[in-house]
Amino acid sequence: MYDYKFSNKLKMFSFILMIIGALGVGYGFMTSHKSFEEVEHLLTEEAHHGHGGGHGEAAAHATVAHDTHGGDHGHAKDNAHDAHKEHVEHVQHQIHNRPWSALYVAAFFFMMIALGCLAFYAVQHASQAGWSPVLFRVMEGITAYLLPGALIVLIIAFFAGDHIFIWMNDDVVAHDKLIQGKSGWLNKPMFIVRGLIFIAGWFLYRHFSRKFSKAQDEANDNSNFKKLFRWSAAFLVFFLYSESMMSWDWIMSVDPHWFSTLFGWYVFASMFVSGITVIALITIYLKSRGYLEFVNENHLHDVAKFMFAISIFWTYLWFSQFMLIWYSNIPEEVTYFITRINDYKLPFFGMVAMNFIFPVLLLMNADYKRIPWFVVMTGLVILAGHYIDVFNMIMPATVGDRWSIGIPEIGSVLLFAGLFIFVVFTALTKVPLLAKGNPFIKESKEFHY
Amino acid sequence: MEASKVIHAIYTDDDVLMSAVKKVKAEKHHIEEIYTPFPVHGLDKAMGLQGTRIAICAFLYGLVGLTVAITMMNFIMIKDWPQNIGGKPSFSYLENMPSFVPIMFELTVFFAAHLMVITFYLRSRMWPFKKAENPDPRTTDDHFLMEIAVHGNERELESLLEETGAVEINLVDKEAH
Repeated sequence: MYDYKFSNKLKMFSFILMIIGALGVGYGFMTSHKSFEEVEHLLTEEAHHGHGGGHGEAAAHATVAHDTHGGDHGHAKDNAHDAHKEHVEHVQHQIHNRPWSALYVAAFFFMMIALGCLAFYAVQHASQAGWSPVLFRVMEGITAYLLPGALIVLIIAFFAGDHIFIWMNDDVVAHDKLIQGKSGWLNKPMFIVRGLIFIAGWFLYRHFSRKFSKAQDEANDNSNFKKLFRWSAAFLVFFLYSESMMSWDWIMSVDPHWFSTLFGWYVFASMFVSGITVIALITIYLKSRGYLEFVNENHLHDVAKFMFAISIFWTYLWFSQFMLIWYSNIPEEVTYFITRINDYKLPFFGMVAMNFIFPVLLLMNADYKRIPWFVVMTGLVILAGHYIDVFNMIMPATVGDRWSIGIPEIGSVLLFAGLFIFVVFTALTKVPLLAKGNPFIKESKEFHY
Repeated sequence: MEASKVIHAIYTDDDVLMSAVKKVKAEKHHIEEIYTPFPVHGLDKAMGLQGTRIAICAFLYGLVGLTVAITMMNFIMIKDWPQNIGGKPSFSYLENMPSFVPIMFELTVFFAAHLMVITFYLRSRMWPFKKAENPDPRTTDDHFLMEIAVHGNERELESLLEETGAVEINLVDKEAH
């Protein structure tokens, strides 16, 4: 069977996910509108129960968070009442920010899967790989989510405004010399225009690569294949620049005082491994439904090798970023990790276990890379780990220590998971599952390690 | 092992060799060894050789390297002459661990790689100044040699090997190593 039919069961499942997710997101927004008095009450209760280390530490946290938020208001806090009011307002903001951030993290995570997959697809064409052409249609299916996914991220960023991006608040910028210095880059119109340029570039490559790939199926010569090669090479150049800038804009700028020069690479590693993992998962799913009979455990082995290798690459970049900042201990840099280690200890270190130790130990053995359920299990842990990675990049700047993985977060993940499944599997039905015109298809079918 | 008779069948192409191996195996003859000028992909599977266990060794050697690195850095940098690392003197290995990760990584790789090579040499009975076991120097250039044990069935074997495309078939006395 070369043509995929979107089963009603799976379609129903994706709709259920979207509905439950939407309810969760709605609930998150409904419950986040707490008034000043409610937050004040909440804080006194927490202080009485000894939650979060009491008020003294919470107040100290407020000062730290103000530094990271660039709220250098410049007036002495000799008045205890003012300090109290400011702290309550700060917590109130964090509670308001939470559903927005939860939505944004989930939207970015699923967009990142599609974008990472598109980069992987381009690498396969640019390197003229012989093993992977049997998986091209799966990859093309996944990248179908890129356009809607990326637009959704940009739209959420636009409407969330200073709920996520503190530099979008004019009042804050007016009191902040550092953000003022960056306002040539960090301003809302520029942000949107840049975002649209990135998305347009990615979409164009996705559109034309799909077109050439389809045309190659029926062609008598290799002209489409050659075009695909040239487009892929050019796209990779564009991608590395645009992805890096996208990561500054869409993620790093949530902490506008802080920067890291390898941030683009770091985010890239995360998206690459997530994209590859999803290729493996969808391939295994389709195979279990009786499709993709030309894909065997040798192909799975190679995809799993990439999952293993890029997991280590991610760790390398995560650690490179962490160690230099930790070692030099410069206040304006190290505050980034101090916030994470103080308030996000479990997700911060848990993510290293899930994204590094787990895949390294489980996927090290060559035989295990060829067992589908093993790859699925490891893949799900890797995906969860990279969700937490994005979570750790956004949440500390927007909700501070008011984080939790509750209904707003899970609802957002379900919402976009449903949408992702719906878009990807719809795209898979559009063309045959074998890119039969690819000149490497025979080599790929007979590939064995 | 006393001296025994073996047949040396010589081939000039790796594809011909591969199909010959499959035929000889199908006839249930025991292939002692094959000498090739370069690694032939899939030959080990066709010969029915067991998978290598060197990966397990590599993993264990890596653990040894990691242990050596941790013990060494703990003694040098924490115990013997405590160092002030990154302005955070703490006298604790764990708190200074990030700065030791590169060394831990390098020694893991170093031990795994070197000990793996040494293991491979020992397992293959290779050491400096050892006389080569190669029966025919042409196998280092462009010929492939298949060595099959003979148990009074040389006629049958010779005709089979001729069918498989061997360019030369020699019956030789093999000396025990």
